[in-house]
Amino acid sequence: MEIALGIILGCCALGAGIAMIAGIGPGIGEGNAVAKACEAIGRQPEAKSEVTSTMIMGCAIAETTGLYALVIAILLIFVAPGSFAALLKDIAGAK
Amino acid sequence: MRLTETKPRRKGRAVDILLILMMVLPLVAAMVLKILFTPEGTGGVEIHGAMVYYAQEGADISQVISGALIITEAQINSWLVMISITGLCLFLTHGLEVHAHSTRQHIAEWIVEKTENLIRGNMGEFHLYFTPFIIAMMGLSVFSSFTSLLGLFAPTSDLSVVFGWAILVFFLILAAKACCGPRVFIKGLTADGPVVTALNVIGDLATPVSMAFRHYGNVMSGAVIGVLIGSALRGLSGALLGALGEVFPVLQIGIPGVLSIYFDVFSGGLQAFIFAMLTMLYVGGGFPLEDWLKRHDKKKQVAEQGA
Repeated sequence: MEIALGIILGCCALGAGIAMIAGIGPGIGEGNAVAKACEAIGRQPEAKSEVTSTMIMGCAIAETTGLYALVIAILLIFVAPGSFAALLKDIAGAK
Repeated sequence: MRLTETKPRRKGRAVDILLILMMVLPLVAAMVLKILFTPEGTGGVEIHGAMVYYAQEGADISQVISGALIITEAQINSWLVMISITGLCLFLTHGLEVHAHSTRQHIAEWIVEKTENLIRGNMGEFHLYFTPFIIAMMGLSVFSSFTSLLGLFAPTSDLSVVFGWAILVFFLILAAKACCGPRVFIKGLTADGPVVTALNVIGDLATPVSMAFRHYGNVMSGAVIGVLIGSALRGLSGALLGALGEVFPVLQIGIPGVLSIYFDVFSGGLQAFIFAMLTMLYVGGGFPLEDWLKRHDKKKQVAEQGA
């Protein structure tokens, strides 16, 4: 029982860590977006406000995949261990 | 005498005070409820979901799906925020005049004008009837996110609340797409072959999920990071001042507040804007304007011939 619980907890933590690898994608994507926005502002300083608002909008949408990973990681840390442990107890009780 | 002439509107004071109370009291009530229901002996550094205020006899939060009545902090807070926003709207629109004199009328007009410009730019002149909905959406989202500044549980950091909004938007998108009858709707879905049809259907179904997760993830991650930083600062000040005996969390003063400007204020406002923006883009993009105008003209002709 203790070993099973330990495996559940460890795998949940590992899974959360692996899920957050997805953070690389939005990082690169948003970096690209901001770099291009800086170039655009350098070329046309008068369009600064428009470029900035479009960039923030795009960044927020590019962030989505990273947030999916975050949601999954948080579920794995705070929700999954409890429900898996309850499942394990049910199985042990049935035996 | 002159004073009464330049300031003729004096009698609305009592109503104003009542409306301000209507804005403030729900938030105070939410705080009182939170204090009353927080179990004793829990510190501020805990990450948990919405507290359960009322549960049907022996019901668990996991039994919500099977129909047990459970009222959580998120529901209560979002209703209180709605009451508060209603008070704000009534306050801003109280005593409107043709030529605006009061600051509040200027603010109300500014909000409406800005949103109308946004809708004109993103959806087109035809969809101006969407303005009230978009303002309501944005206001609800912003105020819900900002309740975390008062130490309350922000309703937007509960997935159920945001998912409800996203489902509402999903049906609006479907209604916009299907407004010309089922034939045009199905033609729009199946125009580019069977593979693209499947992708279209999946994309349509994924829209509410992605909108809900985006909003929820941003607000909740801000809340989680705030709690983590709070506990880290508490530990740090304990380590620094632990030798003095009584630990006073010195580092917890101010620093989390500065961070919450980004994580609560900026992030919450931006997510509200993006939620409204995506609603506009999806609904405006899904609406077949040409087909609708054709249909409208045909109907008009039929009506004229009938007459």
